[in-house]
Amino acid sequence: MKIHEYQARNLFRKYGIPVPDGVVCHSVEEVEKNVPNDEKLRVVKAQVHVGGRGKAGGVKLAKTKAEAVEKAGQILGMDIKGLTVEKVLVADAVDIEKEFYVGLINDRNTKSITLMASAEGGVEIEEVARVSPEKIIKMSIDPVMGLMDWQAREVALQLFDDPKQMRKAAAIFVKLYQLYKETDSSLAEINPLVLTPDKQVLAIDGKMNFDDNALYRQSEILSMREATEDEQKEIAANEKGLSYIKLDGNIGCMVNGAGLAMATMDMIKLYGGEPANFLDIGGSSNPQKVVDAMNILLSDSNVKAVMINIFGGITRCDDVARGLVAALKNIETEIPIVVRLSGTNAKEGLEIIREYGLPNVSTMKEAAQKAIELSQK
Amino acid sequence: MSILINKETKVLVQGITGRDGAFHTSKMNDYGTNIVGGISPGKGGSDVGGIPVFDTVQEAVDATGANASVIFVPAPFAGDAILEASYAGVELVVCITEGVPVQDMMRAMPVLKQNGTKLIGANCPGLITPDECLIGILPGKIFKKGNTGLISRSGTLTYEVVNMLTTSGLGQSTCVGIGGDPVAGLYFIDLLEMYENDPETDAVVLIGEIGGDAEEQAAQYIKEKMTKPVVAFIAGQSAPPGKRMGHAGAIISSGSGTAEEKIKAFNEAGVLVAKEPGEIPGLVKEKLGI
Repeated sequence: MKIHEYQARNLFRKYGIPVPDGVVCHSVEEVEKNVPNDEKLRVVKAQVHVGGRGKAGGVKLAKTKAEAVEKAGQILGMDIKGLTVEKVLVADAVDIEKEFYVGLINDRNTKSITLMASAEGGVEIEEVARVSPEKIIKMSIDPVMGLMDWQAREVALQLFDDPKQMRKAAAIFVKLYQLYKETDSSLAEINPLVLTPDKQVLAIDGKMNFDDNALYRQSEILSMREATEDEQKEIAANEKGLSYIKLDGNIGCMVNGAGLAMATMDMIKLYGGEPANFLDIGGSSNPQKVVDAMNILLSDSNVKAVMINIFGGITRCDDVARGLVAALKNIETEIPIVVRLSGTNAKEGLEIIREYGLPNVSTMKEAAQKAIELSQK
Repeated sequence: MSILINKETKVLVQGITGRDGAFHTSKMNDYGTNIVGGISPGKGGSDVGGIPVFDTVQEAVDATGANASVIFVPAPFAGDAILEASYAGVELVVCITEGVPVQDMMRAMPVLKQNGTKLIGANCPGLITPDECLIGILPGKIFKKGNTGLISRSGTLTYEVVNMLTTSGLGQSTCVGIGGDPVAGLYFIDLLEMYENDPETDAVVLIGEIGGDAEEQAAQYIKEKMTKPVVAFIAGQSAPPGKRMGHAGAIISSGSGTAEEKIKAFNEAGVLVAKEPGEIPGLVKEKLGI
């Protein structure tokens, strides 16, 4: 789960990480009401769940309150990479002497949380990581001991020459780790962390993601969820026991198991088609799940054909076939459907599908080819 | 011979009285797995289909001499179940449970290392040495005894591939589903090393997925250490780049994680990579010269 920058800033504040003052506004009127009438330099930032806001024109400087109102008016409602801006953060702009990157991540390789920091902060951090990975300092954190002060100092010492600033930064690393650990975060970034000319160390922009598996014990974090339209679809699918990700193609896929679902998408692409989605219905042959899955697939107007690919393991294919037929009787659609069943009781399953009158095939490859052919009619 | 499990393996089921635990216990039992006991705190002294139930893993190990355990307990309690098995001295722990918080897995890792416990999963289908021992939820029917090893991050895709191997006459030594979670127990390299040392394994099939760089590391290992042929398939070749990968994810693996990079790494290590699952048996036969 993702949260917005302003929400990450609130969490930073709560854990004692210094951030510049700012207010979040949903409308121009709110900017009028909440921004003080002074000559302070401010920055108006779009709050959307996507990177590259600055380049898209979603971040603007304002020298006066009137300018803040004007810039907010330009940014609110703007489309950034397919997302509509519904909120802006109006924050005090700060003078920057130096920018740094700080991040925490769940590291697959060390099987622990890793602290990363770099003196090359700012928007190009991914490029830095790609071109000169040696410029990223990494510190693996023992899950039992947590980030120890000396570790935080060891990293900070490589970024700051002045001992006072170094200690300020080290304290921020430790606080960020506490926040990360206590909220079951899966990514926490301060980018940039800045040194101001008056030698303050401040978090200017923050990004946090959270482990979906741990949301059941993170009610405060869960209450911050503001999902986009596509994400809402994905969440609704999740609540029905389905895993769904919308893509841009025109062949809807329904598969049991995530790996097989990916392999099915690959197969469609390999033979010249474009998958419309990733959809894993999991291990159950419950007809309701199939109905829910079909409804999700068919709600995507791009879908021109549907490919159902089931490998029966513990799940029996004849059960799945009966579920499918029950489901299809409740759905009215003109969209052609190709069914492939294999594994346990596939023969019986295919017989049921054949009786119902759907095209059915025995291999993934044939199913993909057939679905592509039908999608082009 | 085989890796990790054989007909001597004595298995406990943690969460044996739950719906999934009870169902799969009977399936494993039918397959011939030597299930010696189950754990369900507060229900010690009862039995499930004749299998004795204990309150704690330690009691069960003391009473039965079990050396493996399979976990079906719900996600919020799975991390603790892994720790309990490890402290009780169980050598191999297989966690089937899906949805375990990442930090719970991380917290268990130093303990597993300290106690010398091998973990498979979480969020995995388990493992099987055909005709000897099945631990987990794999459909036993599709497997056949033989000399091809298999390691996979996936579940049903594994069944798909195993079915193809079996029908084309390639039996399996041991098949291991390592699970799709970002932080998991035994991984490609650990298992490749076991297959390399197993006299019953002639070739290995590796089924990877996009994300992380475990496949690249496996490729490096194969290049340097493996003498046995390896055939690979990577699922997710059509997945859009960047999906679900934040800044830090890209940073930690220095920009890797795509199918292209994994395939390139395998090609450079002399591993044949199948374009689609259907090509796998043919490539294994090509490598083995049969």
